[in-house]
Amino acid sequence: MRSDMQDIAKQMRIDIVEMLAAAGSGHPGGSLSATDILAVLYFDKMNIDPANPTDPDRDRLVLAKGHAAPALYAALAQKGFFPRKDLITLRKSSSYLQGHPNMQTTPGVEMSTGSLGQGLSVANGMALAGRLDNRDYYVYCIMGDGEIQEGQVWEAAMSAGHYGLDHVIAFVDHNHLQIDGNNNEVMTVNPIEDKFRAFGWNVMTIDGHDFDAISDAVDAAKASSGKPTLIVAETIKGKGVSFMENQVGWHGVAPTAEQAKEAVAELMAQ
Amino acid sequence: MNSATREAFGKALAELGATNPDIVSLDADLSCTTKSATFAKAFPDRFFNMGIAEQDLMATAAGLAACDKIPFASTFSVFATCRALDQIRNSICYPHLNVKVVGTHAGPSCGEDGGSHQAIEDIAIMRSLPGMTVVVPADDVEAEKVVHAAAAYYGPMYLRFARLASPTVHDEDYEFDLFHGEVMRDGTDVAIIACGMMVPRALDAAEQLAAEGISARVVNMHTIKPIDADLVEACARECGKIVTIEEATIVGGLGSAVCEVVAERCPVPVKRIGMPDIFGKSGPGAELLDEFGLSAENIIETVKSF
Repeated sequence: MRSDMQDIAKQMRIDIVEMLAAAGSGHPGGSLSATDILAVLYFDKMNIDPANPTDPDRDRLVLAKGHAAPALYAALAQKGFFPRKDLITLRKSSSYLQGHPNMQTTPGVEMSTGSLGQGLSVANGMALAGRLDNRDYYVYCIMGDGEIQEGQVWEAAMSAGHYGLDHVIAFVDHNHLQIDGNNNEVMTVNPIEDKFRAFGWNVMTIDGHDFDAISDAVDAAKASSGKPTLIVAETIKGKGVSFMENQVGWHGVAPTAEQAKEAVAELMAQ
Repeated sequence: MNSATREAFGKALAELGATNPDIVSLDADLSCTTKSATFAKAFPDRFFNMGIAEQDLMATAAGLAACDKIPFASTFSVFATCRALDQIRNSICYPHLNVKVVGTHAGPSCGEDGGSHQAIEDIAIMRSLPGMTVVVPADDVEAEKVVHAAAAYYGPMYLRFARLASPTVHDEDYEFDLFHGEVMRDGTDVAIIACGMMVPRALDAAEQLAAEGISARVVNMHTIKPIDADLVEACARECGKIVTIEEATIVGGLGSAVCEVVAERCPVPVKRIGMPDIFGKSGPGAELLDEFGLSAENIIETVKSF
């Protein structure tokens, strides 16, 4: 693991808080819970190059939980796909940074998402294309834990298993909360692992804030063949900002300028 | 000749597969009847049966398109455009991906399966999606050419095919032009603008009207979106009244598209023939068409009712 991963993730979190405060709306909780996963993928695992963004051999990432767009944008900006200074244009009418990812407008975004439950099918399609072309790229898909209540996720889980898509590496950002409350109060999602295993997946559960664990899980996924891999990442919604952590109310509310200042100060001190 | 447009789809897709390695086909357990099985048999590695899962079908096709494949995703029209509408909207049209959505068994000519299976709203729904091209070929000859044109054109497209065999009204050497409607018979008293298997019925009607001294122009408006607005305007200016006919609801489809152009460019009376805001039902497809007024007789009656 590269030694500056902590700094990369910290900068992403600061960017997320600041762009959401500037936007005045958006989804901090699920952006901050997915930050460490995206940091490891974009800065340690994925074969991507902002100077050659259409390389047919590049790895792809589908942010199925499109409301975590701020985390994706923070990663892409820091990676060099577009200037970091543009992040504060998020959700503005003149901006190429849409409220949910738009591949038509934003460099580095591989798929437009936002309507939950569709991303895993798209990732499967990308993996099928790679197989047809004898390319060795991996397709990462980041789903929310509430998102897997969508029926299409299970259609896609079935087809990834059926076609043995071992170049699909999916994550469930398991922060346990969704808009109306705790996942299992709203609609039981557990046991996530058993369900995916039953559909023919290789399944792991890790601490989604442990860089080494994320990295090791991806390595293990790449080493396994014949099956798609699901990594259930146990995470904390709002991770890194104490007043947001595990608070369902921070799913879809942006911090005020004052709250953002407090959050950034806390992140800086970490 | 005189075969169903879905048969022509299967044949054309297999032809395309032989010359273009990027063509892929996906189906949802209906390949034997949508006729994508013709492609599947020839190119098993490029065919993906997604099972009875239309949402997964469309979004998987989107993923393939995002990696530069040209997917034809086929199932019955009603499932393609209603069951998987959100996937077509958000994963295909919103990112403007090069997916060809293929709906077969459209309209009441689908027949005995009944109203649950007869797409009537598909043209209206697909037409409302930004960037979507909507094509309804008139016969098997045109259907085959439409499939080739779809592959050559970049962008999301909805192709509507029928279950029922219908008369061929084009010669084999017909040159299909995706963005221009086809004047199949000239006339000056009324323009009959039709699509799909209503085109041969419109030609029949025009023939009978001619015997009565009424000169009817017949337009095959195969591409409903983007509609050939100049041709619609010319029909309005030169014929003064228009009858539209489609094997679909009159709400939002070909008739509506024609009215939009006429209202803005050259207001003239228009009468729309189609399903009058009702669902279909079981019965032999050909009989149902007549029963619902999707017939030469009803066109003639409508022309005379102006």
